[in-house]
Amino acid sequence: MSEDAQEQTHGEEAVVANGADAAHGADAAAAHGADAAHGAEGGLQIHPMDQFIVEPLFGDGPISFYTITNVTLWMMLAIVGVFILMVMGSRGRAIVPSRAQSVAELTYGFIRKMVEDVAGKDALAFFPYIMTLFLFIVMANFLGLLPMSFTTTSHIAVTAILAMAVFLTVTVVGFVKNGAGFLGLFWVSSAPMALRPILAIIELISYFVRPVSHSIRLAGNVMAGHAVIKVFAGFAGVLGLGAVAPVVAITAVYGLEVLVAFIQAYVFTILTCVYLRDALHPSH
Amino acid sequence: MEGDLAHIGAGLAAIGSGAAAIGVGHVAGNFLSGALRNPSAAAGQTATLFIGIAFAEALGIFAFLVALLLMFAV
Repeated sequence: MSEDAQEQTHGEEAVVANGADAAHGADAAAAHGADAAHGAEGGLQIHPMDQFIVEPLFGDGPISFYTITNVTLWMMLAIVGVFILMVMGSRGRAIVPSRAQSVAELTYGFIRKMVEDVAGKDALAFFPYIMTLFLFIVMANFLGLLPMSFTTTSHIAVTAILAMAVFLTVTVVGFVKNGAGFLGLFWVSSAPMALRPILAIIELISYFVRPVSHSIRLAGNVMAGHAVIKVFAGFAGVLGLGAVAPVVAITAVYGLEVLVAFIQAYVFTILTCVYLRDALHPSH
Repeated sequence: MEGDLAHIGAGLAAIGSGAAAIGVGHVAGNFLSGALRNPSAAAGQTATLFIGIAFAEALGIFAFLVALLLMFAV
């Protein structure tokens, strides 16, 4: 779509130049032609952003909210993956755990400890929600690292919904638990009186920016990493069989991406815990 | 012309990634210098470390997003 828009601007430019000066117009048209040929034959064969295109799975009609797309498929696979890991992992209940069971138990213990340490003991009521968030995001990230797969968490539309859900939950919980006392979050009582109104405005803005940064952090990190991998893949495509350096680079970036996939899920979850702590104990 | 300017703008927005790198380096470096002075307290602060890194990194991601918008949406 953006390509089209660019083409259009190029076209208009050529037309305008044509009207002003015939020779110059021909020049611009020639340059444009060269540009198009470059795009078609030389340069990168794989566009780094093509991997994020949402397409319907069956046929190619318009995409409505009920259309089954590749996003739907990979989200379902993420849920199935979580289901297999947790349900099958905890089925045996052996004293000496199997591999799947120890992964499930370690994940459970890890998230539970995080909620308890960061958000406090009374936040354990929200432990299932936070555990679900973490498992879904980490599974979607890891599934997205499979070649030819689709990374659902690279779309701001997906992460924004997750972040908005967290934001609404935290706001509602804050007002239900503390009533109007929740507004004390914005009134920094340790600051000098003259500064407090200014700080209140800043705190208010930073509170409402939370879902934005919360969602864009996850989507941006994941998207950037995958785009970098595809850029190196494009280099490998240009170089052909002698492409040792791009393959080494892809391997290195891939290793980094495995780390990022986990860390970003961890960061999303731990920030949820921080917001939850603010809602449960809003005293500044 | 507009497209060219957008590309220059995208390049300029990429400077923000470097600025975020400085921020993340500050967080991690100060954590390390503190952790080496008092290693026993370091383990309890790794969560804080990641929160700090996440906040510092978010603004770099915003810069990246601006670059992407300029490249593909303008």
